[in-house]
Amino acid sequence: MSHNPAEKLVKMANQIGKFFAAQRHSDAVAGTAEHLKKFWDPRMRAGIIDHVAHGGAGLDEVPLQAVQKLAGK
Amino acid sequence: MSLVKETDYGTPASKSENKVTLTIDGVSVTVPEGTSIMRAAMEVGTEIPKLCATDSLKAFGSCRLCVVEIDGRYGTPASCTTPVLPGMTVHTQTPRLAAIRRGVMELYISDHPLDCLTCAANGDCELQTMAGAVGLRDVRYGYDGANHVFARSRVDGKANFEWMPKDESNPYFTYDPSKCIVCNRCVRACEETQGTFALTIDGRGFDSRVSPGMAEAFMESECVSCGACVQACPTATLTEKSVIAIGQPEHSEVTTCAYCGVGCTFKAEMRGEEIVRMVPWKDGKANHGHSCIKGRFAYGYALHKERITSPMIRDKATDPWRVVSWDEAIAFAADRFKTIIETHGKRSVGVITSSRCSNEETYLVQKLTRAGFGNNNTDTCARVCHSPTGYGLNQAFGTSAGTQDFDSVDDSDVILVIGANPTDAHPVFGSRMKKRLREGAKLIVVDPRRIDLVRSPHIEANYHLALKPGTNVAIVTALAHVIVKEGLVNEAFVRERCDWDEFQDWAAFVSDERNSPEEVEKLSGVPAEDIRAAARLYATGGRAAIYYGLGVTEHSQGSTTVMAIANLAMATGNLGRRGVGVNPLRGQNNVQGSCDMGSFPHELPGYRHISNEAARKSFEEAWGVTLDNEPGLRIPNMFDAAIAGEFKGLYCQGEDILQSDPDTKHVSRALEAMECVIVQDLFLNETAHYAHVFLPGASFLEKDGTFTNAERRIQRIRKVMSPKNGYGDWEITQMLAKAFGLDWSYSHPSEIMDEIARLTPTFKNVSYEKLDKDGSVQWPCNDAAPEGMPIMHIDGFTRGKGKFVITEYVPTDEKTGPRFPLLLTTGRILSQYNVGAQTRRTENSQWHPEDVLEIHPHDAELRGVRDGDWVRIASRAGEITLHAKVTDRVAAGVVYTTFHHPLSQANVVTTDNSDWATNCPEYKVTAVQISPSNGPTEWQEQYRELSDNARRIAAE
Repeated sequence: MSHNPAEKLVKMANQIGKFFAAQRHSDAVAGTAEHLKKFWDPRMRAGIIDHVAHGGAGLDEVPLQAVQKLAGK
Repeated sequence: MSLVKETDYGTPASKSENKVTLTIDGVSVTVPEGTSIMRAAMEVGTEIPKLCATDSLKAFGSCRLCVVEIDGRYGTPASCTTPVLPGMTVHTQTPRLAAIRRGVMELYISDHPLDCLTCAANGDCELQTMAGAVGLRDVRYGYDGANHVFARSRVDGKANFEWMPKDESNPYFTYDPSKCIVCNRCVRACEETQGTFALTIDGRGFDSRVSPGMAEAFMESECVSCGACVQACPTATLTEKSVIAIGQPEHSEVTTCAYCGVGCTFKAEMRGEEIVRMVPWKDGKANHGHSCIKGRFAYGYALHKERITSPMIRDKATDPWRVVSWDEAIAFAADRFKTIIETHGKRSVGVITSSRCSNEETYLVQKLTRAGFGNNNTDTCARVCHSPTGYGLNQAFGTSAGTQDFDSVDDSDVILVIGANPTDAHPVFGSRMKKRLREGAKLIVVDPRRIDLVRSPHIEANYHLALKPGTNVAIVTALAHVIVKEGLVNEAFVRERCDWDEFQDWAAFVSDERNSPEEVEKLSGVPAEDIRAAARLYATGGRAAIYYGLGVTEHSQGSTTVMAIANLAMATGNLGRRGVGVNPLRGQNNVQGSCDMGSFPHELPGYRHISNEAARKSFEEAWGVTLDNEPGLRIPNMFDAAIAGEFKGLYCQGEDILQSDPDTKHVSRALEAMECVIVQDLFLNETAHYAHVFLPGASFLEKDGTFTNAERRIQRIRKVMSPKNGYGDWEITQMLAKAFGLDWSYSHPSEIMDEIARLTPTFKNVSYEKLDKDGSVQWPCNDAAPEGMPIMHIDGFTRGKGKFVITEYVPTDEKTGPRFPLLLTTGRILSQYNVGAQTRRTENSQWHPEDVLEIHPHDAELRGVRDGDWVRIASRAGEITLHAKVTDRVAAGVVYTTFHHPLSQANVVTTDNSDWATNCPEYKVTAVQISPSNGPTEWQEQYRELSDNARRIAAE
């Protein structure tokens, strides 16, 4: 059981990324970023952005880019 | 007020569109072809005497009381079994008929006790009424001969072996064979209405007796205590024990059951403020006069001695409770929340409502958060059950709701049940489904466990795909693979209604070899041939409907499976008409409603995202505040934030998160970390162990409101007794809001509904006035659909074109291995409900006193476990001990339990894995190890101690 906050966010973001990466009709990074924006509260988004700022260990490519996209905004 | 009377037409209505005109007693009557003479007569107010007929059951023609004369015909045919013909002239009362009826009644009464004055059915007995109707004045035969009435002969005092004692084994009703007239109504109700076939007639002629099972006591038989037989009985033979104890009711109100998502309506039959019984309402569109053990009988919790009726507070959760006034409790709660917000910011508090609460209550609680606290930290227990339905169906169709009404199942040719157990969890709809299956509809069950639908009397699934838990997406995608590869797609439908490009992408994806039944067999354990055959049946068997439950949603890919299901229905054109559709069976009474009411942190009432400027503006104008435009925390996120020290205050209405949410230790740590937990409930539930404020709630019998069932049907609950705690729950939330400086002045829940209708386009025409007039309405109910919408997406999808989504199977992280080689899955049983807070406080516990672990004989033997042994269930999250039940209902490698009892703590072992889209917990898959044990685990023992301590109330 992981109760480490960052680890949990990474796991959730990777799950989301896997779904959008499988879609052929839409951009996986944009879809993931949009999902995070629509369903994650600001604290969680800040948490994952912060994690990426510290290297983003454990994040798959699609969610990593999605978080970078969020951070860029 | 008076009793709500229902007309009994004697035989069921005919659905024919052809009309027939005839004359009954000189009055011309026009009725649908196929109507019985009895029913036609009743249509014009002529009640032909009857005993074995009632309009919920097919005509039987045994009592011979309903005879009539027809011009030009010989004899005296039974009016219940004789259909009307054009030009027929019927006489319902002639000297000949009167003599026959009196003779028949005389025979009935010659074997029936004459204790009417002290009989429980006095005033509500059809035998008594008929004796009066036919003018019976004398019984010439006496009681000295053979009879079923007296225990001893009246002649010589010897034992009368025809007599049978009362069966009082069922806690809710009695069976008194001495009063039985063998009309067969109970037996037929058990077969036709309930579909359990627990009753039969044993013996022939004078020896005929109603027999539960093999002449067993009711409690020992297969009886599921739905009450259909009691309802059907025309005498005092089958009588509610509450009627025996109290007497006949004098007034009644129609209200809605507070248990599952079927939303049965009942007449609450009352004496003053005392409830005599709950009787299913014939005009209820969800249940059509049927009920289950919970709604019909398990309302006693509302009067249970453990009910708390005074507000209580305490400084620390480890202190004993202190009983205080409402003013003090509200002020205490509001002060603590204000302090938290000042110290930790406005996003540090939030609310959770139960889907057991009414629409009006959940609406007010989310309004309090948004308008009062200034954040969107509002969630409802639908998070942990059907949030993936909300997300998935919204993606595919553009609306978060089931597509059909329950009546639609009457037209289904193929029924595909995935991850749902309707006969236990949605019993009244389960009975409807079984009725259709007995009429010949085909059935496919996708479930790791052999649920009753797979094989029970007169029902057998054509295919049972007993998949390994966690492989839903793979199986449903494999079904799609067969449909696409074998050319079974309804191309015309897809081209017209769906996005063709997306369909083609999807078709290419499902056609891939890795989604073939042969490949999926390796993951799921389901034989490829069965997958292929099931897919062909679904696609080609006629009108095909999908019903699914929490076995679909409560997975790491719950939302993906919902979309995979939507894909199947779109690809085969099974949407937009009767008999088809995608139907989520909602767990609780108001799951649909609490979602509709904006209880989720990302959306306002009517499923409008919080970032939607126009929607937000309409609420801002109505409420006079500025709303936060960012989504709030979902339930599991609240727990994480609490442990991180950033979420400090929770107002929890009617929901027992400690027992119902997964990974109990994680939940308790989160609750412990909070500075103020407000629990509003009937009882000191498990969550209340960690609470600082307890606000006693009102039961559904004590307040007005509405619930919205699984078919989007909005129905009233009506107050039939004063709230024991003094206030309806909406009033309590209003008091809290006022303490927060909000200017609320609702004087009745109808005003709350008016506000909802004003602000929610899909509810525009909903009002209490309309509900009182029409009984119920299925949203959307607005100018485009003034009478509501029983079946959705008739000419097109809400979102425009239906969306095919690619559903790649991603195995869950919860994997079996050497340490945890078995998969635990959880579910419900008929007699208990959810966390059991209600049903455990009723006699229903006689059916299910504890949660047990179902384990396959093979797995049991490997571990030296025998039936009834204590076993330890250990997962990565924790361990508990339960009694084992060795059964092949579960496959080898799978174990199963329920979560109805707090001391068994099934959620100590479930993990914090969740659905990718919604964070709906993965209750249905936990890797575990089972080993023999001597008794409860240390955790369970400690928990018992904690419960006892936490429930202490200081003496005044």
